[in-house]
Amino acid sequence: MSAPEPNAAASLRLPMRFGVKYWAPPLAVAVLIIGLWYFVSYIFLDPSRSYLLPPPHEVLAAYWDPAFGPDMFVALWNTARVALTGLLIAIALGVSWAITMNQATWVERSLYPYAVILQTIPILALVPLIGFWFGFDFTARVIVTILIALFPMVSNTLFGLKSVEKGHMELFALQHAGAWVMLRKLQLPAALPAMFTGMRISAGLAVVGAIVGDFFFQRGTPGVGALIAKFQARLNAEPLFASILLASVFGIVVFWFFGWLAKRVIGRWHGPI
Amino acid sequence: MPKPSTVTPEVEPHAALLDFKGVQLTYPGGTVALSGVDLTVRRGEFVSVVGPSGCGKSTLLRIASGLETATEGEMKVATDHVGYVFQDATLLPWRDVQGNVELLAELREHGKADRKAAAKEAIDLVNLTGFEKHLPRQLSGGMRMRVSLARSLTMDPELFLFDEPFGALDEITREYLNDELLRLFVEKNFAGLFITHSVSEAVYLSTKVVVMSGRPGRIVGEFDVPWPMPRDPEIRYTAEYAALVGEVSHALREGIDA
Ligand SMILES: Nc1ncnc2c1ncn2[C@@H]1O[C@H](COP(=O)(O)OP(=O)(O)O)[C@@H](O)[C@H]1O
Ligand SMILES: [Mg+2]
Repeated sequence: MSAPEPNAAASLRLPMRFGVKYWAPPLAVAVLIIGLWYFVSYIFLDPSRSYLLPPPHEVLAAYWDPAFGPDMFVALWNTARVALTGLLIAIALGVSWAITMNQATWVERSLYPYAVILQTIPILALVPLIGFWFGFDFTARVIVTILIALFPMVSNTLFGLKSVEKGHMELFALQHAGAWVMLRKLQLPAALPAMFTGMRISAGLAVVGAIVGDFFFQRGTPGVGALIAKFQARLNAEPLFASILLASVFGIVVFWFFGWLAKRVIGRWHGPI
Repeated sequence: MPKPSTVTPEVEPHAALLDFKGVQLTYPGGTVALSGVDLTVRRGEFVSVVGPSGCGKSTLLRIASGLETATEGEMKVATDHVGYVFQDATLLPWRDVQGNVELLAELREHGKADRKAAAKEAIDLVNLTGFEKHLPRQLSGGMRMRVSLARSLTMDPELFLFDEPFGALDEITREYLNDELLRLFVEKNFAGLFITHSVSEAVYLSTKVVVMSGRPGRIVGEFDVPWPMPRDPEIRYTAEYAALVGEVSHALREGIDA
């Protein structure tokens, strides 16, 4: 008999991701920044003080300089290993922590203050202690990274788990769904958007954490942080800037990766986060 | 909870599927939402409840579904096969139509093949064949409600509970879905308890209309609707229909003042 109402399926067009309108504004800003950079390097700074900000092409040239380039990429690899290991552990730990807290109010009341403390204690002050306990190598650096990256994962996942609509909870309860089924089929999927927000923030922090640990420990396998400290001490301006740039680009790539992943996993039903 | 059997238990044709006896409900805050409610829904009946907003209609349905427990009195449901459609379609936004319709059978741990077959039949019943892969956000409000209906139809409901399911829809969609619902009622032969604030909708859909008073909700009037099922849509434009709507509306106004 009757057909579904016409015009009902709204199209799901996402904003043009690769059009001119999407790329042009940030590109314009980049051009502006590079222009400003050249201006400062060549016109603003006295040539005798140009080491304070070497021009962009000289900074880039440092990557090809055999004296600096290979060191930088090895350091980036070490930093990346620490950051990604720390991030993965922070994600696993943060999600488990949030799920545990979401089981009962009293559990949440007992555990949430410690998540907050994690956020409020000056972790930098703990770094020497971590080095003291765990040595100065991979493990210690990963621990610093976890401590810095953990909180956004805990708080965002918890927020996501709590955002489940009451009607959905009741729908599951009416079918006598157990806690595990509820978690797997309702709470975790509903929490995914918030979890991805947490992952993006934690990813950025993990890169910071890996570099901070490095900066402090200076021993073991040096990462970008140690390299930055070394170039700074020796007044090697070009590789110093090149290392900073490398660390920034790495941070952006990780951040972008989680944005991309979120779009792949939840974009279809949730839209951009 | 045992899985619902696929065979309908042998019961007399007019057995009470839902029975309220002197039900009162006081919410923890002290709000008395219902008081002294007696209500029976039998096999073959479609009972609508109309009442002013806030009089406890949703509460009544929540008690029937087991989400709330009566503070006083007794409530009995005589079947395992209960369908629910609430004000909101409560579809999972990450599941497509097929996934949403399969959900209840999945939660009841029915086999995959059974689930698929039941979903296919239900989707067909609500005229959504071809929309299986659509996500809720791609559907109109009316279509979402039909997915919600289909989801419950997979449970082969003997008793179907509705809480203002079409309240948020426009008049045309609502009338259209009213006819769809009547067709399902005749075809699937479930008993219905239908909450609405539209007297006209109540009269058109039901075999019986129950009027509730303002809070605390009590039943202040019951009207049998004489016209046979399947109901002729043209009935809505007759004088008898208008007269019955008038009577129910009158009882409703008296109930609010009472
Ligand atoms: N969980 C609750 N706690 C306290 N009061 C509630 C709760 N749910 C509903 N109420 C109150 O009970 C009364 C009846 O509510 P409800 O059954 O939703 O009315 P209706 O569906 O008829 O509009 C209202 O006054 C409402 O504010
Ligand atoms: Mg209501």
